[in-house]
Amino acid sequence: MPLETTVIQDKLTDKFGNKVTGFIQQHDIFSFEVDSNSMNDVMRFLKEDETLRFNFLTDICGVHYPDFEKDRQLAVVYHMHNWMDNVRIRFKCFLNGDKPEVDTATNLFLGANWQERETYDFNGIIFKGHPQLKRILNMDEMESFPMRKEFPMEDGGRTDKDDRFFGRTTDNANNNLK
Amino acid sequence: MSNSSDIKLVDAPEGVQGEGFFATKLDSVVGLARANSLWPLPFATSCCGIEFMATMASHYDVARFGSERMSFSPRQADMLLVMGTIAKKMAPILRQVYEQMSEPRWVIAVGACASSGGVFDTYSVLQGIDKVIPVDVYVPGCPPRPEQILEGIMSLQEIVKSESVRRRNSPEYKELLASYNIS
Repeated sequence: MPLETTVIQDKLTDKFGNKVTGFIQQHDIFSFEVDSNSMNDVMRFLKEDETLRFNFLTDICGVHYPDFEKDRQLAVVYHMHNWMDNVRIRFKCFLNGDKPEVDTATNLFLGANWQERETYDFNGIIFKGHPQLKRILNMDEMESFPMRKEFPMEDGGRTDKDDRFFGRTTDNANNNLK
Repeated sequence: MSNSSDIKLVDAPEGVQGEGFFATKLDSVVGLARANSLWPLPFATSCCGIEFMATMASHYDVARFGSERMSFSPRQADMLLVMGTIAKKMAPILRQVYEQMSEPRWVIAVGACASSGGVFDTYSVLQGIDKVIPVDVYVPGCPPRPEQILEGIMSLQEIVKSESVRRRNSPEYKELLASYNIS
């Protein structure tokens, strides 16, 4: 018998109450929101419960919502996959824009190590308890978190483009080598 | 030596010729020798590198221009060919490769990315390798065809031929390197 989304929802609500909210079926993936302080407990439950069996952490990534209220300006998105029933889920943890901190998932999935480093690299989200939280793809000297909306995508060092025609305004803070 | 009329020899430099002797400037002779045996160091990071592979292979055959031997050690190379997008994280490595090359050394930036960053006007990409090392010849194109890369090499040969043997000791050249913080 396949794993029904109502079963997932009921089990999570029974166990965590109002820490887990906003259940919604978005296209073909069941999604919900988890209180950022309970992230690790919820993920452990999803992984270790004998019915749910979400044994694989597919992806971790970050999203920046600069227009939201302060406590919800950054989000971490987790994708998990149950290989036995072939069911996928997605959940978000919203974080404070000034102090984006969430517990690491490396105690549950070793594969979370690089994914959390990437999320830190691009969104500046701090994963508490991560064994080596440093940049992974960008150069170490970089001072911006490029996927945050306040940093322009373009490189201000470009000299052969006329800014007026390309909508470019300011330098990407201290991001030029020379 | 073959008598075939297909073989084209390099012209002798300007000089005075008489019976049993030929006199010319040392600069011209050295320039001629250097220009016709430029050992390339391919620094290929993306699609321009694929075009260079075609340039090396039999159909276009860069060996016809004296660049038979690819040098994968910077210390035995004369001509650094940078082909492809250089990420900012790659920039110090490219710079180190350039510093390891011994004089005389020349650089060709092949393609839009190496020359200016190309379409990648973004936080992670170096906006032209001339931000970190001096460049002698720029080859446009995205990617350039092998003919264009050969044209770039031939343009560099013209530079090499007309260059003074001692140019590398000149104040201008030292000033150029100093502007890149390369000693």
